[in-house]
This record gives sequence, structure tokens and C-alpha cells, in this order.
Amino acid sequence: MANRRNFVVAAAALAIALAYGPAGAAGKYDPGASDTEIKIGNTNPYSGPASAYGTIGKAIAAYWKMVNDNGGINGRKINFISLDDSYSPPKTVEQTRKLVEQEKVLLDFQPLGTPTNTAIHKYMNAKKVPQLFVATGAGKWGQPKKFPWTMGWQPAYPGEAKIYASYLLNNKPDAKVAILYQNDDYGKDYLNGFIAGLGAKAKSMIVAKESYETSDPTVDPQVIKLKASGADVFFNITTPKFAAQAIRKVHDLGWQPLHFLNNVSTSVGGVLKPAGLEKSVGLITTAYLKEATDPQWANDADMKAWNAWMDKYLPGGDKSSSFNVYGYAVSATMHEVLKRAGDNLTRANIMKQAASLKGLKVPLLLPGITIDTSPTDFYPIECARLAKFDGEKWQLVGDVLCPKK
Amino acid sequence: MDVQSNAKQRDFALLASGAKLSSLQWGGIAIAIGIGLIVPLMVSDYRTFQFTLVLSYAMAVLGLNILTGFNGQFSLGHSAFYAIGAYTAAIMMDQWEIAYYWTLPAAGVVCLVAGFLFGLPALRLEGLYLALATFALSIATPPLLKYDHLSKWTGGVQGVVITKPDAPFGLQISQDNWLYYFTFVVLLVLYFCAWNLLRGRTGRALKAIRDNPIAARAMGINTSLYKSLTFGVSALYTGVAGALGAIAIQFVAPDSFTFFLSVAILVGMVIGGIGSIPGSIFGGIVIVFVPNVAEQISKAAPWAVYGTLLILCMYFMPLGIWGFIRMGYARFTRRRKAS
Repeated sequence: MANRRNFVVAAAALAIALAYGPAGAAGKYDPGASDTEIKIGNTNPYSGPASAYGTIGKAIAAYWKMVNDNGGINGRKINFISLDDSYSPPKTVEQTRKLVEQEKVLLDFQPLGTPTNTAIHKYMNAKKVPQLFVATGAGKWGQPKKFPWTMGWQPAYPGEAKIYASYLLNNKPDAKVAILYQNDDYGKDYLNGFIAGLGAKAKSMIVAKESYETSDPTVDPQVIKLKASGADVFFNITTPKFAAQAIRKVHDLGWQPLHFLNNVSTSVGGVLKPAGLEKSVGLITTAYLKEATDPQWANDADMKAWNAWMDKYLPGGDKSSSFNVYGYAVSATMHEVLKRAGDNLTRANIMKQAASLKGLKVPLLLPGITIDTSPTDFYPIECARLAKFDGEKWQLVGDVLCPKK
Repeated sequence: MDVQSNAKQRDFALLASGAKLSSLQWGGIAIAIGIGLIVPLMVSDYRTFQFTLVLSYAMAVLGLNILTGFNGQFSLGHSAFYAIGAYTAAIMMDQWEIAYYWTLPAAGVVCLVAGFLFGLPALRLEGLYLALATFALSIATPPLLKYDHLSKWTGGVQGVVITKPDAPFGLQISQDNWLYYFTFVVLLVLYFCAWNLLRGRTGRALKAIRDNPIAARAMGINTSLYKSLTFGVSALYTGVAGALGAIAIQFVAPDSFTFFLSVAILVGMVIGGIGSIPGSIFGGIVIVFVPNVAEQISKAAPWAVYGTLLILCMYFMPLGIWGFIRMGYARFTRRRKAS
């Protein structure tokens, strides 16, 4: 009898504890979050061949410093732990495991690079730790069914290609398109997105396509073949060095197609100057971020805030580098997600908030471009505007375009 | 001279040449194995994973040490053999679903053949020229792995994701611990084989070729056969290391095996101790931990710190960590004898 009574009392006590336990605490937390702090992990290439990208990691760290100086998020300070992975996948695995298992971060924010993120893709999803807003444009980061803990941020390559496709369908339905693409996943992401975007008309519209290897010394032979196809539209899916070669060759051959250049190679200093600025006039690409050097944003409130932030938190930083704009905007997105998560700082709730952004306006995105996600849509930014090169800088043209789903 | 003193003299010669181990050395090995067995019980899974990588790199460093330290042939191409081993394991596990332990002998054999074949033309090259040829090998590897017609197996730029093995026989230890012990046993076997290979006739032949190839040939050593076989064995060690590394990391991609990996292995060998088997373990530790230390000191310029650390190491320990330990011990015993 005594035993049974004890059992009943214990069960009642347990029930009360369960009912009142969570309500008594200030918030719900997973590892890495507490009443005073949110721990965010990150990997970036601060050393090694891709260390130019390390600028992004430094910009993000500077952003969180500003947030902390302004009182943090819902009273919690951000502890941003960014580790160097040298753009080497094995090192990324090691550093990410350090972040998750030793530092016990709440989430991994903006790990940079396609091979590096691929290396931890399975691990993060097995551990159920958010791998949020990864810094790569590959199409594979938006698979909520298979990888519910991973999400991209910038427009994905296939989506960008679809924007060019829909522009053609609307404005030049009888176009004859020639395509030059890099023969790897990045090139094929664009190519397949473009073909899908054209849909049934792909077969008749694409008259020629040529590929190149990154080990090729030049793409001149490919461009000559593409011109011979008689195409009047040229879709240039190349990385900076080859983009410069192709732009120059197209001009030197006297070929004057409608020339789409992928977003990867739009750097004026790195691509268009080597190709020849006068040879680059008329190129068309997509843009989704405001350019810091563009005079039309001189009086823009967000741009002013960004300039003040650069002066205070990144005094030596390069204001003409788009990486600093990018780092600020992507951090602002993360900021909003954490704000919305409120006191429920569990990993599941972070993903839930990240997957329910509707029409979110983030500083430094072009007007009209918003962040939209849903439990089945893990592509935050999908729309972009076209921009035309006028011989000096990229000029925005037309309205915001979104890829057809 | 009586029989006893004769035997004593022979013993001394064997000890000096490293063919036989003194009781002190046996003790050291026992302690090292003991530490190796205990480590995963003391630290977190993440640290255990790091130590698994240390063991894997130590194996690769030993491979390079056999080639460079003992045989005097330079190589900047060991990232290629590491990659071949890693990809052999990954493809066998991913495409043909073969158990991970079978991938090690396969990776070893594939690399032995690859190394031997590469060693044949390399015979015509000496010193810096050989270093250049192997450099070409290591920079050619990532593009080859991306090559379109191979991408059916290699996965192209995407690489191959593999599944981490569970502990067998229902053992209640984590995957990381199991993989550590598995790697540890393989390491012990390979280290024993290396010691066995290098302490006798073969080892002497290799060192003779390193020190004076003409004299070695005059003594009747088939230098070309020895040199290309050494290349093969060295590649075998590095390949097995690559396979173990791939299983621990669960992912292979062309970007994992760049020229920098070759440099890292070379740095590990030099800092650990050239021409020393135990030094290779320190080489593995250097490869994994020194970049992390450098990053902790300065996030702004980790490579500047890394370079400074290397210069300091070379200045204070010109014979590497193992050479430093040996010299320190010799000084210590001399002082004790004097007093």
C-alpha cells in the first residue's frame, strides 16, 4: 500500500513539475542560447587561396559588434565565433565540429563556399543544427524535405538563369541563343536553370552551346564557334578570367548579340577593366544589392547607416567592396530571424522563423526585392533587377524580375 | 676476445643502427601506446576526431619520411597519393557499398602501383628536378578529379559523401572513438612494418642510396629498383592515410587535396623530424594543431603567425621535434654521468 501511495504522490509531483517547469523559466533554450547570450558559429577562409572572401566574415563580425553595442537582441548579446577553414573541406568539417560539439553554438551562420558546405551538409542535418543562409549560390541548398536544417540566402544560380530566360520569353521570343558555360556544377546549375526557364521553347531557342574547362588557356575557339551559329543572344556563364576573355573576343569578332553575363563575373575592376571597358558596354546582368559606389543611393537612409557602420566598426575596410555590403545585409537577415524567435531560442524554432519570412525588407537590398521563405521554399532571395553596363558602371534597368516557379 | 664481449659488441652495433631497441626505447613505445589507448577516453568526441586526423596525417608523414628522410628523394606530390587513397575508399564505399576496412588494402595497392609507376620516370630526375615533377603531379590532381569522364565515379566538383561506420560487435562506443581505435591499430601495424623495413638490409640500402648513390651502386645495390619501390611504398603509406582520413571526414572533394596538402605533409615531416619514425607522429600533430594555434593568436593574419611559428621551430629545433627530444636526452645523460 505504502509503495503504491508513494508512487501516486511521485507521479503527481512529476506532473506538476512538468506542467509548471517550462513556464517558470524565462525562455526555451537549446545549446548556445541563454538569458544573456546567443552563440553563433561560422567558418570563413581567412587564409589560403580563397582568403579574399574572408572580408565577408570580418564584416559579419563587425555587424554583431554593432548589435551588441546597441544592446543585443531581446536583451541577449551575440557571441559570434568565426573560425578559419582555408576553404579546405576537411578543415571545415573539423572547425564545424568544434563549433557544434565544443563551443556548442546555437547555429552555424553563413559558412562560406560550395565544397565546404557540402562537406558539412549531412553532418549538420544529422545533428539538427541550423546551417543558415550559407554563402554560396548553388541550387542544392533549398531542399527542405531532404535537408530541413540547411538554407541558402543569395539568389541561386538556376534562379538567376531563369530570370534571363523569362526576360527573353517576354521581350525577345524569337531569339536565337548561344551559351558558353564552365563545365562543372556551377556552369550546369546555370545551364539547366536556363533550359528549365525557357521550358518548351528551349529546343528551338538555344541554337548553340559550348563548354570549357577551367584548365583551358582561352575560350576564344568556343566564342568563334558560337558566333558562327548565327545567334543574336549570348549567355555568358563564366568565371572572371574567362568572362574577360569572352567579352573581349565577342567584341573583336564584331559580333553584337544581346549579351547576358552571369552575376559571378560582374566585378568592374576584376573582369570588365581587363576585358576593356569600351568592349563591355551593353552587357546585361542581374543585381539584388545596392552598390555602395552608385551615386543614386547617396542619400539613401540604409546606405547612410551602412557608411556610418563602416566608419565606426570597419575603419580600414574597403567601401567599394560588395563583400562589405553583402555581409551587412545577410547579417541583418539573421538579426531579424533571431529577433522573431524571441525567447524561444531552440534550433527548431530558429528554422521555423527562418522558413516563415514574408516580404521581409532587409537593408541594402534593391527596392522591391524582399526575402520570402516558407516551409517548402528555402530560397530566401529569388528576385533581381537587370543591370546594363554603360562603360563606367552598372545601370539598373527595368523592374524587379522573379523566376517563374 | 671471448664470446660474451663479442655478443655485447654486436648488440651495441645493432642498438646504434636502430636495428634493435633498448629497454628505454621499449619503455617509450609502451608509454606512447598507453597514451594512445587512453586519449579517447579522456576527451570529447570532437577531440577524438581531431586525434584520428592526427594519426592519419602521421601515417602520410611517415610515407613521405620513408621517401625523403631515408631515401633522399624529394616529393611535393604526396597530396596526389593522399587523394588517390581517399578517392579509392570513397568510391568503393559509395558506389559498390564495400565495407570500409576493405578499402584500406585496396587504397594501399592502388597507391603502391601508382607510386611505383610514377617512380620509374622519376628515376631520371634528381633533387630539385624531382621536386618540380612531383609538384606538377600535385597541381594536376584536383583538375583531374573534376574531369568530366571520371565524374561518374568521382562526383566531379561535388565530391563524394560517405557514411561514417558504426562500432562493430555491438560495442557501446561512439563512432568517433571506434574510428580512432581502428586508425590507431592500422597505424601501429604500419609503423611496425616501416621499422622492420628500415632497420635491416633494405633500410641500409635506402640510406646508402641517399648518402652516396654511386657508392651504393658499386656495392651492388639495384638503385633504380630500390628507388622506384621506395616511391611505391611511400605512396602506399600515404594512400592508406588518405583512405582513413576520408572515412573520418566522411567527404572527399577535389578542393580537399590541393598543393597545400603536399606542403602541409612536408612541413609535418621537417618539423616532426626528418628520417625518424617516431618524429612522424609529431608531424601529424603539427599538421592538425599548428594552424589552429596560429588562428587563435591572430585571426587577421593566421598565415603570418604560422610562418613565424615555423621559423621559430626551425631556429630552436633544427632537427625537428624528435631531434630536439633526442638531443635533450643526450645532454641530460651526459650531465648526469659527469656529476
